[in-house]
Formats: sequence, structure tokens, C-alpha cells
Amino acid sequence: MLHIVACIKQVPDTKIIKMNPKTNTMDRASAPAILNPYDAHAVEEAVRLKQRYGGIVSVLTMGPPPAVKAIRKCIEIGADEGYMISDRAFAGADTLATSYALTKALQKIGKEQPIDLIICGKMTIDGDTGQVGPGIARRLDIPPLTSVKKIVEIDKEKGIAILHRKLEDGYEVVSSTLPCLFSVEKEINEVPYSSMPNMLRAARYNPHIWSVNELEDVDRTQLGLKGSPTIVSSVWAPQKPQGGHMLEGTTGEQVNQLLGILLAKKELFEA
Amino acid sequence: MNFDDYRGTWVFMEVKDGAIASVSLELLGAGRQLADKRSSELAGVLIGDGVTSLAQEVIEYGADVVYVYDAPIYKHYRTETYMKALLACVEKFKPEILLYGATSTGKDLASAVATDLPTGLTADTTQLDVEEDTGLLLASRPAFGGNIMATILCKKYRPQMATVRPKVVRALPRDKERTGVIFEESIPIHEDDIRTKVLEIVRNTIQTVRISEADIIVSGGKGMGSAAGFQLIHKLAEVLGGAVGASRDVVEAGWVGHHHQVGQTGVTVTPKIYFAIGISGAIQHIVGMQNSGLIIAINKDPNALIFQSCHYGIVGDAFEIIPLLIEQFRGALGKPALAT
Repeated sequence: MLHIVACIKQVPDTKIIKMNPKTNTMDRASAPAILNPYDAHAVEEAVRLKQRYGGIVSVLTMGPPPAVKAIRKCIEIGADEGYMISDRAFAGADTLATSYALTKALQKIGKEQPIDLIICGKMTIDGDTGQVGPGIARRLDIPPLTSVKKIVEIDKEKGIAILHRKLEDGYEVVSSTLPCLFSVEKEINEVPYSSMPNMLRAARYNPHIWSVNELEDVDRTQLGLKGSPTIVSSVWAPQKPQGGHMLEGTTGEQVNQLLGILLAKKELFEA
Repeated sequence: MNFDDYRGTWVFMEVKDGAIASVSLELLGAGRQLADKRSSELAGVLIGDGVTSLAQEVIEYGADVVYVYDAPIYKHYRTETYMKALLACVEKFKPEILLYGATSTGKDLASAVATDLPTGLTADTTQLDVEEDTGLLLASRPAFGGNIMATILCKKYRPQMATVRPKVVRALPRDKERTGVIFEESIPIHEDDIRTKVLEIVRNTIQTVRISEADIIVSGGKGMGSAAGFQLIHKLAEVLGGAVGASRDVVEAGWVGHHHQVGQTGVTVTPKIYFAIGISGAIQHIVGMQNSGLIIAINKDPNALIFQSCHYGIVGDAFEIIPLLIEQFRGALGKPALAT
């Protein structure tokens, strides 16, 4: 029986976030909070492994109380248990402080039920870093495996995982000892529509929520803003482009002008 | 931590199939500027099996110093082995700044090294600068889907680390006369202690076009209507001898594979000619193509944002314009008309 933990995050949907053109700031209220899309694949893969080998799927997040919604989404996908660490002490964490706090939570989860495998999404769409997964693995001293696009086999008895890591022009087959941590690519699976029983369970589900005081051996100087080596010193709107020259006339005339522009660079087309 | 002990700018040199990755050469160009501003050395770190022969090339592209870890155990990239070598090097020679290409290997390695040191790491940087007197690295990157730019600092830890996107800085011209110092380093490391093994490498049999290297890119967006409509993009790319690009919407709709995606969560490209057809011009797309030599936008909507980020724009129907363009282009180059 496997115990798999997926680490997830609630994020603003950056695809539809709006900017306030006067202040050049983001209107966060304009973007709904969603489960980070990459993390849905992490949870789905954990659920598939559970179906294959038997076991328990837990999900873990760090965030403010409304992030419970993201955990419920994971229950819909098929996770069994949800854990959330939520405390002002965690606020303002960069990737290093985030991996520290999540590691403390994973150690607590692992005490009750030892963890065989941790799965993270490739990255979040708000931070875009992909740094937290490998950070957790280093802190737990387990192998980090990024760019995972297929899990071939998990053999708990032998303590071995075999997987495919995506390369630019193919993939590599890698074996790793268990426990280990995977950061998975989107292409690893498709997340199907949730089943009705899972949706019903999710609607009623309340995750375990821990404050910093409920975690053990925590060095508070490594948490939140204080524990973050990187700081954002300034934000600005990217330079506004000047706008292009519009080609006028009928479609035929426009195409003619365009052809002229392309043929001015004729050397590019003569292979 | 005594900051004065940390000197110089370093670049992790990524090696693939016996050649240095182009992003690493670009970073030597960027690193040279930072090092000069600080009146300090630029160094490259080479890790691999049989990589000593590449050290001179690192110097010819701008480095003063190369640290080489050359052993069979480094044949394939693995986080644990490369991390151990790089950590040892950082602890021994103490750089002020350490840069990596924002490739899957560079990001993987940087994340692990940052955690162990520990230090700050800024991901996917597109602009770099350094404060001349303090050595503080100003690492800027698009954030929130490219809606804003943010400058990230790491004030209390050294080295300062960043992964840098390919194609945002230029490599220096190669100077075969340049000289520098090569340090051949090694650490005690044994295969038995390494928990991961690369069992096999499988290359794609179909050669996928790497759009990051293409001179001409024809990109299509949701305005192409459907996967069938998107075929017109392929056709124009074929006629022009270019690669096919796509917006995020198109990739998410499954009309074309993810490796075609241009933008913040896709590939950053700098072709000589970039076509944006039926692409609205969301900022997250623009940040991936804005440094192209010549940008041509075609869109039905005269108010589409893409027209603010192009050199030439046509308001019109791609399904009328592209077939006409294909026909005339072939005629102009003296090629027979396409069989339809």
C-alpha cells in the first residue's frame, strides 16, 4: 500500500487577471482563485497510482483559509485526505521558505503514515518557478525528479520507482529509490470530469488545518517573509509597444505590400 | 557570511551531446557585462564526461576562468551528482553571482543548489543588472502571466542566483585568441551512493522543429477557428520554410503540441520574421516574441492588442489573405503553384 502526497496550491487565474491601466497594478479581485492547473495533473497521477497499487492519496497546501476550496477540488479528483498549513507566520514566503514550511508539514504527515512518494505539478501559474518541488526533496533528502512525463512502475517492496523524464528531443528512462519526489508534466495524464460521489464527498469535506504551532521543530526564522532570501524590490508594467504600421487597401493590395516586405529579406528564403 | 569573500560572476555551462548549450554561451555574454561592472572575473563551470576539451571554448566566449568536473559519473545529467560538484565548487571558490539557463536542467539544478546552500534563486529572468558598488544583482522577470515585470533582489545571502531565459541576451562573438585559466577539479563521489540511475535515453524519431532556433516563425491563434483551420498556418510555414508557433489557447485546445507554444509559459523566440495570425496579443504571448526582428500581425479585429506589438499589421481575414500570400510568394520565388 502506497502513501502518496501531492503538494498543491491555489492560484489566481493569471489568464484572465486584469490590470488597472492607471496604477499599473493587478486587480486581483478580477481573477478567480483556482487549483493550479499543473497540480491537478499531480493529484490525478497520484489517484491513478492508488488505483494501480492500492494506497492513500493525501494532498497538502499552504495558504490562507479560502484555499480550502483548492483542497476540495483535489478531493473531487479522488484524493482521500487534505492537509493545509495556514498561519500569518507563513505569509510572504518565497520558494525557499515555502519548501521549508511544506517540509515541516510533510514530516508531520509522514509520522502518522510514512510517505512513499511526493508528487508536485511542474510549476504554479502565478509564481512560474518550479523551484518548490526540488526544494522539498532536498530538505527531506530524497531524490528530486523533475520533468516526469510517465510513471512506469512503483515497486514498494524493492523500494524502486521507474519513470520517464522529458528531454528536449525525447525522454530518458530513470530509476530512483523510494521515497522520492516527482514534478510532473501536464502531458502525464488527462484529468477527467469528477465523479458524482467524489463531488458529493468534496462538498462536505473539511481538511486538517494546522497553524505553525501544530508543526514540530520549526525554526521560525526560516518562515514567511523573514525566511525568504529573495525580495521583490519593484514591479512595473512592461514597456508599452509603439504600435505597428497598418497596411491599407484591398486584400490584394495588402498582400502585395506584405510580399514586398518579405522579399526585401529574400536571402532568408533561399536555402 | 562575509560578503567580501564572494567574488566574480559564474555561469553553469550546460552541455548536451558534447556541445555547449547556446543559452550558456549567451549567459557568458551577459555575465561578462556584470563581471566588468564589478571589475571581477567571469567563470564558467563545466560538469560532464569528457568535457575538459570544451573549456577553451568557454574562455573564447568571454570567461576568464573555467572550473571543470570531468568524470564518467557525470555522463548523464542527474540532480544529485551535478549538485554535489557545483556545491563543492561554490563552497571552495565563492562566487558573488551564479547564473543558469532557464532550461529544464538549469532549473532543476539551481533549485537543488539554492536549497542546500541556502540562498535566493530568481526564476526565468529576462533582464540582469548589477549595482556597481554593492554587487547586488537586479534580476528582473515577467510575473503573473507577463502582466507585470518584477525586479527581485537577494540582499542577505551569497551567491545570488538566477535562471535566465534563452534568447534574451546575446552571446559575444567567439574570440579564438582569448586566454584564461582552467581548473580541473574533482570531488569524492561514488556511483553506489547515487540514488538515481539513467537506464536509457530515447530520442524522438520524428525531428521536431525547435522553434527557439528558427529564423522564420508562423504562429497562429484562436482566430484560426479550429484544428482544421490551423492547417493553414502549417501550410504558410512550409512555403516560407519556417517553423510553426502557437498561442497558449491553441495549445490548450490541442490543435498543436506544447513545444510549439510561444510565450511566458512556452518558448521565448527571436526569429528574423515572426507572423502572428489570429492571435489577440495577450501580454503573456508578447513577452515570448517581442524581440523578433520583424513582426507581422494579421487579425480580423482592428482593436486587437497584437497590432500594438507588431511592425506591420493587416486587419483582415486570414483565410483570404494567407492563400493569396502563399500563391504570390511562390510565384515571386519562381516556384510552381501548390497543388490544392
